[in-house]
Amino acid sequence: MTLALIVLRSLRQHLLSTVITALSIALAGGLLISVWVVKQQSQATFTQVNIGFDAVLGARGSKLQLVLNSIFHLEASPGNVSQADYQYIKHHPAVKLAIPIAVGDNLRGYRIVGTIPELFTDVQYAPGKHFALESGGKMFDPDAKEAILGNFAAAQLGLKVGDTFHPFHGLAYNPKEQHADIYTVTGILEPSNTPADKVVWIPIHGLQTMSGHDPNAATDVSAVLIQLRSPSAGFRLDMMYNKQGNRLTFAYPIGAIVADLFSKIGWFNQVLTLIAYLVALVSAAGVLVSIYNSMAARRRDIAILRSLGARRRTVFGAVVLEAAAIGLLGMIVAFGAYLVIATVVAAVIRAQTGVVLTPWTYDPVMLWAPAAMIALCAAGGIVPAWVAYRTDVASTLAPSS
Amino acid sequence: MPLLSISALQKAFVSPDGERRVIVDVPQFGLEAGQQLALRGESGSGKTTFLHLIAGILAADRGSILLGAQDMAKLKEAARDRLRAEVIGYIFQTFNLLQGYTCLENVLLGMSFGPGADRAQATAVLERVGLGHRLHHYPRQLSTGQQQRVAVARAMANRPKLVLADEPTGNLDHKNAKEALALIRETCRENGAALLLVSHDAAVLGVFEDSRNFDALNLAAKEVVS
Repeated sequence: MTLALIVLRSLRQHLLSTVITALSIALAGGLLISVWVVKQQSQATFTQVNIGFDAVLGARGSKLQLVLNSIFHLEASPGNVSQADYQYIKHHPAVKLAIPIAVGDNLRGYRIVGTIPELFTDVQYAPGKHFALESGGKMFDPDAKEAILGNFAAAQLGLKVGDTFHPFHGLAYNPKEQHADIYTVTGILEPSNTPADKVVWIPIHGLQTMSGHDPNAATDVSAVLIQLRSPSAGFRLDMMYNKQGNRLTFAYPIGAIVADLFSKIGWFNQVLTLIAYLVALVSAAGVLVSIYNSMAARRRDIAILRSLGARRRTVFGAVVLEAAAIGLLGMIVAFGAYLVIATVVAAVIRAQTGVVLTPWTYDPVMLWAPAAMIALCAAGGIVPAWVAYRTDVASTLAPSS
Repeated sequence: MPLLSISALQKAFVSPDGERRVIVDVPQFGLEAGQQLALRGESGSGKTTFLHLIAGILAADRGSILLGAQDMAKLKEAARDRLRAEVIGYIFQTFNLLQGYTCLENVLLGMSFGPGADRAQATAVLERVGLGHRLHHYPRQLSTGQQQRVAVARAMANRPKLVLADEPTGNLDHKNAKEALALIRETCRENGAALLLVSHDAAVLGVFEDSRNFDALNLAAKEVVS
């Protein structure tokens, strides 16, 4: 009770510095947890995103570019796949399902992707989960100028069933590049929390034959999304296309290719983590400075406590406990800071990739970061606690007679 | 057996010029249980140091300070702290109240290092000094006379055997000084505590039936700047 009372009163007596120091710890703690959780979740989530496919076949080039373009709808297409190549892989005995996609247009910045209805009817984008249309919507007619919209894209574009739009040429929005074609929205997909949410989907034939597109490439596709009959088939096709052939690229397995991206940018994660650690260290040093600077004002109170019978280790413990309490207060607020930071980051990632992170999900860092931060703050309190420990009672309580 | 028995007590400090100067050199001193004694001495005569030695705030260089069966001069610091908290009540000239704590908390905190905080006892002792209606006031909200009464209550709360009072009226006006002095003496009497008070104020010393000149007890007095 005594230590708690001493700590509480001291925190209240130095309220301003307590609040400022706790806030700096809150920001540092929030940043630390955010960096950690976003890093972990983004790596875990991105490497699991394959919207139900095992591999992608595309033009000769980077596997990563191919995956980013056809699964995450990022980056430019590395080139086209001929209709003959598409038909070949489609009927290959090792292939269970082949879905062609074509890219090259956008609707006010949201990518328009041409495909076939089977993508939405025959594919589980995650185990047990099929794409589904919101009530009142229907699948586009493969031969009509119709579109279904990913949920996020529809919300951002403000489009609903029955609305019409003109596509724009290219992957980047340029108001001067408007196509003459008019498409009608026939459905909105329910949220899938995959990159498909930020896409405007139209029949592949429509994109291939869009006004202004090269008629010579009207039967080409940008990539083919592939479900394999067995994992070993993937390695055989990998050998056939990537080692023996030189016209096309077979990206398999998708998760490993994305994981490779994270390992390539691992240094960036390390830098971010290091910065977060340094911020945490600096804020703990702030606890030291804050309490140390107030030691002159505290010295008399410490001497009084000692004169009343408080032992040196009691006042030492009280100062360390106060530093830890500031850390605790800071880390409680840090969860608020974390939720703000992580929610903003998750919103940006969702807008850019369609992938949804869940900041509310438990992560071990939510336990060890506060524990470590409180321990660090307590360690920061050791120096002023030592000053308190060494306080000379007799001289501090002068005058003498 | 006296409550307090001091023999061959010495304490020296090293001055800024490096010279070792003996401040307290008391060959013999004693105080009976319940006795009230005033020591007269000028500023700088070593009275406060003498009280600090008895209270165990300072460690003696040599000699013994027997408080009942325990020799304060031979104990390690932690044991001196414990003995001080349990047996001694200390009243300072400048009150030395903790400004961030209420009257009640000041008294409770003083008790907590000794036998333990007792809210009922703390309240009772504050009521005894006339501050029952100021339990939750902070020292800054009280007059100087009231602050000294809180200090008296804090010193008495643990029912000490010995109360040390260092110029307890030095910061009070005549009326408050008289009242504070009477209160200290009465509460000591009620609790059966011995009182050792040091002062240079003749008006204070005159109240005591038993007063002595500290310079006569302290052989180092001639060396100390008065």
